Amino acid sequence: MFGLEKKDARLLLLVLALTMFAPFILNPFPEGSGWAQFNAGYPDLMQRFVIFGIFAIGFNILFGLTGYLSFGHAAFLGVGSYSAVWMFKLLSMNVLPAIALAVVTAGIFALIIGYVSLRRSGIYFSILTLAFAQMSFALAYSVLTPITGGETGLQLALDDPRILDGAAHAAGNIPVPGLFGLEMRDSAELVLGAWVFTFNIGYYFSAFVMLASFYLAIRIFRSPFGMMLRAIKSNQQRLNYTGLNPRPYTLAAFVISGMYAGLAGGLMASMDPLAGAERMFWTASGEVVLMTILGGVGTLIGPVLGAGMIKYMENILSKINSDILHTWFAFLPDGLENLLVTLVYPFIGKGWHLTLGILFMLVVIFLPGGLVEGGQRIAKLFGRKKAKDTDGGADAANSTTPAE
Amino acid sequence: MGILDVKGVNKRFGGLQALGDVNLSIAENSVHAIIGPNGAGKSTLLNCLVGKLIPDTGSVMFDGKSVLGRSPHEINQMGISRVFQTPEIFGDLTVMENMLIPCFAKRDGSFEMNAIGSVMKQTDVIEKAEAMLVDMNMADKRHMNAASMSRGDKRRLEIGMCLSQEPRLLLLDEPTAGMARADTNNTIDLLKQISDERDITIAIIEHDMHVVFSLAQRITVLAQGTPLVEDTPDNIKGHPKVREAYLGESA
Repeated sequence: MFGLEKKDARLLLLVLALTMFAPFILNPFPEGSGWAQFNAGYPDLMQRFVIFGIFAIGFNILFGLTGYLSFGHAAFLGVGSYSAVWMFKLLSMNVLPAIALAVVTAGIFALIIGYVSLRRSGIYFSILTLAFAQMSFALAYSVLTPITGGETGLQLALDDPRILDGAAHAAGNIPVPGLFGLEMRDSAELVLGAWVFTFNIGYYFSAFVMLASFYLAIRIFRSPFGMMLRAIKSNQQRLNYTGLNPRPYTLAAFVISGMYAGLAGGLMASMDPLAGAERMFWTASGEVVLMTILGGVGTLIGPVLGAGMIKYMENILSKINSDILHTWFAFLPDGLENLLVTLVYPFIGKGWHLTLGILFMLVVIFLPGGLVEGGQRIAKLFGRKKAKDTDGGADAANSTTPAE
Repeated sequence: MGILDVKGVNKRFGGLQALGDVNLSIAENSVHAIIGPNGAGKSTLLNCLVGKLIPDTGSVMFDGKSVLGRSPHEINQMGISRVFQTPEIFGDLTVMENMLIPCFAKRDGSFEMNAIGSVMKQTDVIEKAEAMLVDMNMADKRHMNAASMSRGDKRRLEIGMCLSQEPRLLLLDEPTAGMARADTNNTIDLLKQISDERDITIAIIEHDMHVVFSLAQRITVLAQGTPLVEDTPDNIKGHPKVREAYLGESA
């Protein structure tokens, strides 16, 4: 199907189902119940899931396949956001030209930065990309204020030209990004008993873009180009002496992943039309590294899972405060309740980074293949049981491939 | 004129004269061995042939074209393949993928941006890689991770990868180093078979005299960066200069 192997097509269908039904899946708890704060099915967060999913998928094409660890990918995300906002200001509030420009600009930036950085490999490559990203951040934050809006960020204004939209928005409010009349922030709500499900246009638009990105990533993984990238990670010396030039391969991978980051940045601006320099800060570059490693480096679905996991914790865990903890443990005697609250408190609210750090450590130590490896181990556990039952699990062991 | 002509090559590392005025000609479709004691400059010479090192002076011509100043992948595309002392293969990839990569390199050149089509649909390349796996007697291992194979199998895979590029000159750097006797003999047989069946020149650097004398048609003896003699194996065996270089016999 779609020119994919059976297994990859199944994975794509799974992701399709997950993204399409996300408003249901992420809202398992009824509105107003004590658990409702764990619901993640609100538009803002769902958009973030898929947008950071795109960012991580692209990052994984570089890091997962070639092994080149870029510490500056947030720069491309930021460049994409700025480009998109400028397109909203100058041309039209339609998201398509904005996203197109975001991808192209990020691609050009990646070409320049990649050309220079890829002269070195290993830690020196990482440091070079980090230096470039921090320079971009500094430029955006101060020197280039006329273009980037500096500290306040780049925002839309009522008197922006918007050549194509012209008089359509003369009415006094700043228009919002949309797709041929569909406004990105519009939502429909479905109330089923105590449950409320929100279907947001911006989310579904982003989800379709993510599906397309995911599909493209599968094609790249399974192509001769993808195989060469894995060969670069495995043994660059042999590749050289096999008549292949690693430089254009790594540069192409760098540009592709930069364009993915630009796409994510453009989408981010399309959901909320402003762009700030903090999107290019080095912690943002580090975050996508964490997402990829947490989910599973070099796997197809891993980066998406990692992005979802981190964004969920960032948005849900950080909202829990001590009052909520007290209500949870209220059934206990007072002394014990206070003790438990004191013990758990550092891991929630602003302390969610601590939980993330511990989780990250556990994954790296016990599951070097990330969440995907965890899933495979669980599947194997069940597979083995099944094999014992049917007494014919010989091919189960052979069907494991390096890139799930 | 051989297929490979080395003329007046010098290479100096600081105070060490690694190669001093090396002249060497390797005849087409022959098996030529380069032997010499440790530190004789064998590996330096080899590195000068494949683009890893650039000689200070002299010329290296392959098939009438200079290789100097070209990068390793360009020299490889000219038709020189190299087998390393420790097998250099793509350890994280399967045996089949290892074989596919040189087949792609042969068909598409040093860079080809084919990022959308599936590897599985490149039937010509797959057939060629399959055939080479059968030739190398490792078709049953095709789904194995290359790193998990034995030393001898890795060596055979590496030779197979080089052959699938259809090189005109195959350079081998101590191909049997660290191998058990049985693996060594298998490698000798394989190389004999390759040189008999294919239109290929083989240059081999070797320590093991058993390997050298069972394969080579010509032998160059290198000592202290300079060729001492070049002759047939029979003449080399009894050559006084060779004995001197190897055993330090001055009498």
